[in-house]
Amino acid sequence: MKTIPTLGEILQAQGVSRRGFMKYCAATASLLALPPAMVPRIARALEQARRPSVIWLSFQECTGCTESLTRSSSPTLEGLIFDSISLDYHHTLQAASGDAAEAARHAAMQENMGSYLVLVDGSIPMANPGYSTIAGISNYDMLMETVEGAAAVVAIGSCAAFGGIPGANPNPTGAVSVRDLVKDKPVVNVPGCPPIPMVITAVLAQFLTFGRLPDLDLHGRPTAFFGQTIHDRCYRRPFYEQGRFAETFDDEGARKGWCLFKLGCKGPITYNACATVKWNAGTSFPIESGHPCLGCSEPGFWDKGGFYAPLSTGKFGSGGKLAGAAVAGVALGAGAAVAGRRRQAKYTKEG
Amino acid sequence: MNTKQPIRSAIPYSRGNVKPLLNEIIHALDRLLNDDEPTAIDLASLPFAPGELDELERALGHGELSAELDALGKSLIRETAYPGVWWVEHRNTGGEVVGRYIEITRSPEILMSQDADIGAGRARLRESLEDSGHQSNKEAGK
Repeated sequence: MKTIPTLGEILQAQGVSRRGFMKYCAATASLLALPPAMVPRIARALEQARRPSVIWLSFQECTGCTESLTRSSSPTLEGLIFDSISLDYHHTLQAASGDAAEAARHAAMQENMGSYLVLVDGSIPMANPGYSTIAGISNYDMLMETVEGAAAVVAIGSCAAFGGIPGANPNPTGAVSVRDLVKDKPVVNVPGCPPIPMVITAVLAQFLTFGRLPDLDLHGRPTAFFGQTIHDRCYRRPFYEQGRFAETFDDEGARKGWCLFKLGCKGPITYNACATVKWNAGTSFPIESGHPCLGCSEPGFWDKGGFYAPLSTGKFGSGGKLAGAAVAGVALGAGAAVAGRRRQAKYTKEG
Repeated sequence: MNTKQPIRSAIPYSRGNVKPLLNEIIHALDRLLNDDEPTAIDLASLPFAPGELDELERALGHGELSAELDALGKSLIRETAYPGVWWVEHRNTGGEVVGRYIEITRSPEILMSQDADIGAGRARLRESLEDSGHQSNKEAGK
């Protein structure tokens, strides 16, 4: 079996100073949503860490998740590939194709039996195996063969995590999620359309640093990033409390940056880290750009009513969830809920 | 210009996220002075409104000392107008911010020379001295 160098040895061989390494550890702590006081512990763990082999499988997907990751800045993908993980198979990114690519996948599986990670983006069609194949192999067969010797599986994006748009009504391909099929391996869901790149890298960094997967919620999502709703952490939340809402995309409320609840924002029932981690190297997130949250990291979000229908119309989630949102906003929030229902009824009638 | 004076923000604490953070810094300064306990605040974990980060930076101002670290990309380590309160910003080789912190400490750890680097530097210096000794001997025909 080949000897895999530790990350400390790799960085030392590249001439990276201890200061540089400490900086890398500080960025990793931030990435993992851990307090800065954890940096020395992360440094000790990372020095001894060995690069895990990663096999990335792409099924019924749009490549948006890979696009998201390749634009990740923390750490850079190049750094991630060359320093932190050994990306042994990714048919969109790798130079090899056909038999050579499949040979690389089998070699990685054999050399790292029991310890490699499988990353999956895209859902798996079950209505007919011919709907989606790679090198003549059905998505189902490739998934089940590859996960057999894996330490864990990470479902990247809402398609792999929950079925996504291929699984939306009427689901012509019989699309299912990774968790629907893989029952005997730990599966981490990193949903989103696409998921936040830092969250993808954080799961890998957590595995690399501590040799274990992060704590998960009911839907298999890492609680460090999916433990709170967008609404809980939204900088516009004070306007919700004050009952100040944008009613249209060009009114005074929209210009003043008031709450987007009445424009269909799904922030109150969507668990994700967009409001703090943000996008494009921390530049902003949809609500900051003036658009309501679509709720893309929640199961079945495509089939839960119009994106611009206020939660108060009851199409997205249950009435109980809406009641929770309205209670949080006290009387003003409830007022907004009533007004939202009226507005939605009007749209429905006019539409 | 007196660099110790913070630059005042035109919109004071517009969304209410800056003022609580400044209060937290005061408490952290109490801990530093009374118990010698440093604090680090990771700014990436806070839900800032647009412009609030700039507002915070302006509120803290610039102090007497700033340093630039060049390791896996540039880093800025700057004391604010309030001694013991440091603005630390790490960037990757592409110039993108990968970490931004406020450290309440006498001196950020990353400024200190690290033992591993000191040891490696000492070895390099020895080697360089030995090389130059060999070179001198060669030139002297010994």
